[in-house]
Amino acid sequence: MFTAIFGSVEQGIIYAIMALGVYLTFRVLDFPDLTVDGSFVTGAATAATLIVLGYHPALATAAAIVAGFLAGCMTGILHTKAKINPLLSGILMMIALYSINLRIMGTTTETAIGRPNVPLSNVDSLFTIFFGWWGNLGIDTAFNNVLASIGIDNMPKTWGTLFIMIIVTFSIKIIFDRFLKTEVGLAIRATGDNDKMIRSFSANTDTLIILGLGISNALVALSGALIAQYTKFADVSMGIGMIVIGLASVIIGEAILGTKTIVRTTLAVIVGAIIYRIVIAIALRVDFLDTGDMKLITALIVVVALILPKFLEKHKERTRKAKRRAEHKVASGQEAKHLA
Amino acid sequence: MLKLDGINKIFNEATPDEKIALDQINLDLKAGDFVTVIGSNGAGKSTMMNMISGALTPDFGTVEIDGKNVTKYAEYKRSQFIGRVFQDPMAGTAPAMTIEENLAIAYSRNKSRGLRIGVDKKRRELFRESLESLHLNLENRLTAKVGLLSGGERQALSLLMATFTKPSILLLDEHTAALDPSRAELITKLTKQLVDKDNLTTLMVTHNMQQALDLGNRLIMMDKGQIILEVEPEAKKDLTIADLMDAFQRIRGEKLVSDRTLLSV
Repeated sequence: MFTAIFGSVEQGIIYAIMALGVYLTFRVLDFPDLTVDGSFVTGAATAATLIVLGYHPALATAAAIVAGFLAGCMTGILHTKAKINPLLSGILMMIALYSINLRIMGTTTETAIGRPNVPLSNVDSLFTIFFGWWGNLGIDTAFNNVLASIGIDNMPKTWGTLFIMIIVTFSIKIIFDRFLKTEVGLAIRATGDNDKMIRSFSANTDTLIILGLGISNALVALSGALIAQYTKFADVSMGIGMIVIGLASVIIGEAILGTKTIVRTTLAVIVGAIIYRIVIAIALRVDFLDTGDMKLITALIVVVALILPKFLEKHKERTRKAKRRAEHKVASGQEAKHLA
Repeated sequence: MLKLDGINKIFNEATPDEKIALDQINLDLKAGDFVTVIGSNGAGKSTMMNMISGALTPDFGTVEIDGKNVTKYAEYKRSQFIGRVFQDPMAGTAPAMTIEENLAIAYSRNKSRGLRIGVDKKRRELFRESLESLHLNLENRLTAKVGLLSGGERQALSLLMATFTKPSILLLDEHTAALDPSRAELITKLTKQLVDKDNLTTLMVTHNMQQALDLGNRLIMMDKGQIILEVEPEAKKDLTIADLMDAFQRIRGEKLVSDRTLLSV
């Protein structure tokens, strides 16, 4: 159990980067962007392909970010310049990326033009490079000794992934929070909030939407590139349902931590991504559920996360009202006694 | 400062719903002019405002601001020189953002937006000082979300934001019409104060004739897409509502349409 949850926390914190991207489009820009299902794979495919072709994993990951940015910009251009409805722009881009992703991965082989997956089992990745340095520090043994002393004997193989991903994801969060407070960031937020108003303050909403979608999908692609290196393969179908997972993370996080400030909301999104993974891990340990049921579980989680806060709020209000009614009754009862 | 030259606009051309919205509009505002615009519904007042702001482009005719032909400029590009306050108090501000963030957006109107932090210490001080001039205690609520403000407060903030960078033109489109009388009076007072402070060139559409007489140095009356009456500064001083009603009857040969519009005082 411990290992399963440990693994979900590791994954969750990588997927959190994708969830931040989804938060930017879905909440900040108010643009339901379905490009994510495609651009996540584009990131994974670009990174995996370049690594297999012998490029440094850091360069491969950087290229993945650029590829995601371009994919997002294309969706933005379809919407703002060709005036295609936001949902449809995203779907069109998602479907186009499917073929593009096959082509990208196809460059690793000479026998075919497209290729549905690229394994990374015998090559270096950002993680293996990092572990080379981390392994010499002896932190793993220290942590595992602590665990052993409290009676847990299923040790995780390394704490390195968790450690480096906390640093990476939170650095991104801090930069992201700060960006949303810059002049451009304020304009992007206003575009999602009241586009008529921001146009009357000399901001080009088309450019801001394109830029926002680009940044969002750059984050999604980075997340895809890291997941590919973490799981040691890229697959053309690894992005299916990614947008729903992103939404689930955003909605779960917001339901738990609230949306009072941006700093808090982005933290909520990260926490939401981790909780989502833990819930899935626990659900998959139930006997009659199969890995194939994961999407169904995801859909259920989103539905529950959407309904629960409203239900709780209603319940709270009902008890509040009932209490007031009771107090009122007591008060008027006493008054009646008084008069008598 | 602002020059409209032979502006024409037809909506739904070549269909049964064809409507001549603007017919040969010529208007010339000098720097510091404050022109009030009256006219019944469908007279073309809002269409004219939209022509100036760039939300609509004329079929023919030109728009000049500060001697520059801006007819082909997109709305966002023109709004560098144009401040606007809309009728709907919700329209001029971003509700999910704080008061200071909204002001930061207004502050960046005539500058290019970059990666500078929108609200720094120096700007916050500037925002606080400007808000004090509204006397609504908003200077102590800088980090409150604008969506929490009342309609009157939001409209006052919109007005401050629209005038913040001293735009070449200020367009007010019935900006007090959605408020209750006491709030409307407050906004009217603030309008006067802010316009006078920077001597802004202003065009204000109103349905309230008394307001049209009280504010500004010039007045125009529109009907069926045309400017039918222009009152110059000298004559406007002693103008009364009765004068305006008479003028309309004389020009149009019919009684002024008695919708809420022109009769509301």
